[in-house]
Amino acid sequence: MMGNAVTKDRQVHLGKPDYESVVNSSKFKQLIHEKKVFIIPLTIFFLVFYFTLPILTSYSKVLNKAAIGDISWAWIFAVAQFVMTWVLCVVYVKRFAKFDVEAEEIVEEQLEGSDQ
Amino acid sequence: MNGTVIFFFLLIVGLTLYITYWAAKKTKSTGEFYTAGGGLTGWQNGLAIAGDYLSAASFLGIAGAIALFGFDGFFYSIGFLIAYLVVMFLVAEPLRNLGKYTLADMINARFDARKVRGTAALSTIVISIFYMIAQLVGSGALIQLLFGIEYVYAVLIVGVMMTIYVLFGGMTATSWVQIVKAVLLMIGMIIIAFLVLLKYNFNIGFMFTEMKTATSHGEAYLQPGLKYTNPLGTISLMIALVFGTAGLPHILMRFFTVKDAKTARSSVVTATWIIGIFYILTIFLGFGAAAFVGEQTIIAANPAGNMAAPLLAEALGGDILFAFVSAVSFATILAVVAGLVLAGASAFAHDIYGQVIKKGQISDRQQMLAARYASIGVAVFSILLALFAQKMNVAFLVSLAFCTAASANLPVILYTIYWKRFNTSGAVTGMLTGLLTSLILVAISPNVLAPDGSAIFIGTPLFPLENPAIISVPLGFLGGYLGTILSKEYNLKRYAEVKVKANTGFRE
Repeated sequence: MMGNAVTKDRQVHLGKPDYESVVNSSKFKQLIHEKKVFIIPLTIFFLVFYFTLPILTSYSKVLNKAAIGDISWAWIFAVAQFVMTWVLCVVYVKRFAKFDVEAEEIVEEQLEGSDQ
Repeated sequence: MNGTVIFFFLLIVGLTLYITYWAAKKTKSTGEFYTAGGGLTGWQNGLAIAGDYLSAASFLGIAGAIALFGFDGFFYSIGFLIAYLVVMFLVAEPLRNLGKYTLADMINARFDARKVRGTAALSTIVISIFYMIAQLVGSGALIQLLFGIEYVYAVLIVGVMMTIYVLFGGMTATSWVQIVKAVLLMIGMIIIAFLVLLKYNFNIGFMFTEMKTATSHGEAYLQPGLKYTNPLGTISLMIALVFGTAGLPHILMRFFTVKDAKTARSSVVTATWIIGIFYILTIFLGFGAAAFVGEQTIIAANPAGNMAAPLLAEALGGDILFAFVSAVSFATILAVVAGLVLAGASAFAHDIYGQVIKKGQISDRQQMLAARYASIGVAVFSILLALFAQKMNVAFLVSLAFCTAASANLPVILYTIYWKRFNTSGAVTGMLTGLLTSLILVAISPNVLAPDGSAIFIGTPLFPLENPAIISVPLGFLGGYLGTILSKEYNLKRYAEVKVKANTGFRE
């Protein structure tokens, strides 16, 4: 069924959608670029933030100092990991709500109607 | 067993069986069996993820570890939570968009290769069975302590219950057992934490000051270093915890129970809040147990500290709270093992039997039948292993399951979603490298070999770390990379399809 009825302006086939043309469309590229710029730095950040804790507790004593009363920096850092997780959760949801709109547009403009 | 304990115990049994009866009526097709028809809301699935994830090892093990080792006991809590950032940022949504019932479905969205599916199923089965043996052996010992039922009967009770849930109620029953368990567990945690804080007039600073003198460790109790003295070992364990969750089949399977990526996302958010609050509360349980039960009593009841939380409940709230917490522990065990049976059974019935052997030429009725036989098979096999493993120290199997998931599954999941050049042989070599290195390194680690007979065999460990993730995870990635570039084959057209579907949720 493929290949016969191509309407060039809408890049749509009868049968299987032309995924390669979607991937090469500027709108899809833009979406992927925005996702990368969001995900990669934050992933690096939370991994570094997380592994800093066991590295510092294993190789140094800096976190043993008291921070607030008898609570040491190790505990503050540990609880900060929880706060970071929740904050990143909220940030992620906010950001991805925007990506949802863009993805929806790509589906409507380039993919739907390509199969019956 | 006193009357209150029996009452709560029977209440959990009755409630979960009622859920199964109700779910059985709704489980008519394969989709309903594996994914509850994909109709759970974000909230429901979030609670179910928490219920699936927070095992007795988390609830009782971490409370005990904090009670006995202070700060170091809390390390597990942090790793188990941060893991959800990996799940959310890198895996959850593409997984939902690409998969159908199992992890292997998701990887095979890119490769129609039976060897890839077979390997993914193998890794799912190995991980689920290891995890399940650890849960069953632990729960047998625990139920023995809590309810005074003998080990063999305790394992059989848990084994029969989990089989009934999955066999008759499939994913619907499993999900709702997990949801009920998550709610009960949180209620129990909040009550105990509240009672502990009440003792300190809700002054956390005061609690820390008191803890300096509450244990035999003195001030060292509040500092890192009581339990984890080998830096590389600590970091290796942390790697397994953080990257393992995103490769655990029974957790990943939960994402197929919601209708789209957006709901998958909101379920991770709910799960992360619940799991985070849970792990914060483990501090109060651990401190409370150290202060109000005391090290000696905790160790006398169970050397690993597993009885810390129930004993604390008894000290603060008497028989009723002890009975409630025991029943919650029982529900916790049931919810986790049911999820594991389902994950193992789906890999056997859907991946190996339905797709690899029958090549997808199988009716819905046959699939359901296969799924049910596989559930029984996985359950019976695990129960038998658990009965033989009673005397072994199998606690390390949980971290082994995390390590294998991080080494065998996560690299291939990430490559499948994000790497253009990735191919069939890369997928197979990646999974096998991760799987085999984890298994081999653990087999020659101090968990298995110890000169003094404290492990399974007597001998000198050939690999120094208890958890090999620091070696096996990079090797899993390397195996996938080398397997890929050493083979010329790759399919850009197929990757385009995967990329579009993963990022837009579009389905043909």
